[in-house]
Amino acid sequence: MSAHAHPEGGPPSLLDRRLPPVTEIGAASMISIVAGVIYLAAYLPKHAPIGVAIALLVLAAGLQLTNAVLLSRLDDFAWDRFFQVGRWALLAYAIIAGMIEYAFVYDKTRGTQLVVMTLMLALFMLNVPVLIAFTAARFQRTR
Amino acid sequence: MTDVAIPLPEAAAPAKPGVIVPVRGLPIVGAVLIGVVWAIAANSAWGLTFCHVVGGGLWTAIDLFVGFIVGPIIGSMSIPARVEFSKRFMPKMLLIMPTVVTMTLAAGFQLARVNGYLDTSNPRHGWVVASFCVVGVMAVIALAYLEPANVAVLFELRKPQPDGRVIEKLMRRFIYTAGITGVMQVATLIIMTRLAS
Repeated sequence: MSAHAHPEGGPPSLLDRRLPPVTEIGAASMISIVAGVIYLAAYLPKHAPIGVAIALLVLAAGLQLTNAVLLSRLDDFAWDRFFQVGRWALLAYAIIAGMIEYAFVYDKTRGTQLVVMTLMLALFMLNVPVLIAFTAARFQRTR
Repeated sequence: MTDVAIPLPEAAAPAKPGVIVPVRGLPIVGAVLIGVVWAIAANSAWGLTFCHVVGGGLWTAIDLFVGFIVGPIIGSMSIPARVEFSKRFMPKMLLIMPTVVTMTLAAGFQLARVNGYLDTSNPRHGWVVASFCVVGVMAVIALAYLEPANVAVLFELRKPQPDGRVIEKLMRRFIYTAGITGVMQVATLIIMTRLAS
């Protein structure tokens, strides 16, 4: 993916660079995760029929996998900035996800429901740092 | 506030790079999160109510104020003025918003459980699910668009020559998403007052 030439002959604007729709795919994944968590939480403390939640989980995971593949194909990209931001964002969201997981366990959520909720939380924890890091890195020049 | 034009950062003497995360605020964030965990672990009705009401009040007020008051003001500012404002405003938002959101949601979920609102047979269960949906919409907007734009604009501002077009684009995204979350907060106010009455 390359940048367009700048009209005045200066460095090409990073704003015009064409990149894969990582943000949009990540947002779609987050919608799946949020829908799944709402679906399961709406039934708590009882157990929800798990099929719909698993379908949403698989969809969210598939979208994040797509994002990973799209990102891996980028060559002219500020990976140092991506990983710098991603690391710290991952730490912050691991703490937030940990608190949510603590609440689930504290509320005696058990079995398949806890497994699905935990996997959704894990996807949430990985997705947000990718979105933050991608947006921060896309406007950085590679050295 | 005066009408004096503020020069672009690159025109000024070499300035200290802008802060991304205000480290001095982290102990306060840590203390708040410990307080929330304590309220949940102790099953304290007062603690949970305090965390939910204080966090929710701040979250709603900040979203409404930023979405409908600060956002349009930023939108009408010149690029240099936006840069100066963003340099001071965005790092604080980066700490405040995730903290008040976590505080509100964690305590709110426990309150709903303790009060039996999570039970599907409870007549108020539908309002709780509606609040989940509103929070879900806000979470997607905030985490996929608003917060990444917030972080990206801070990195842009640290450059020796920030790109005004990039800042404008990211700030526009920030203003629009803040407006949408402001509208969603009106829905939150309706739901929460229905639950409490």
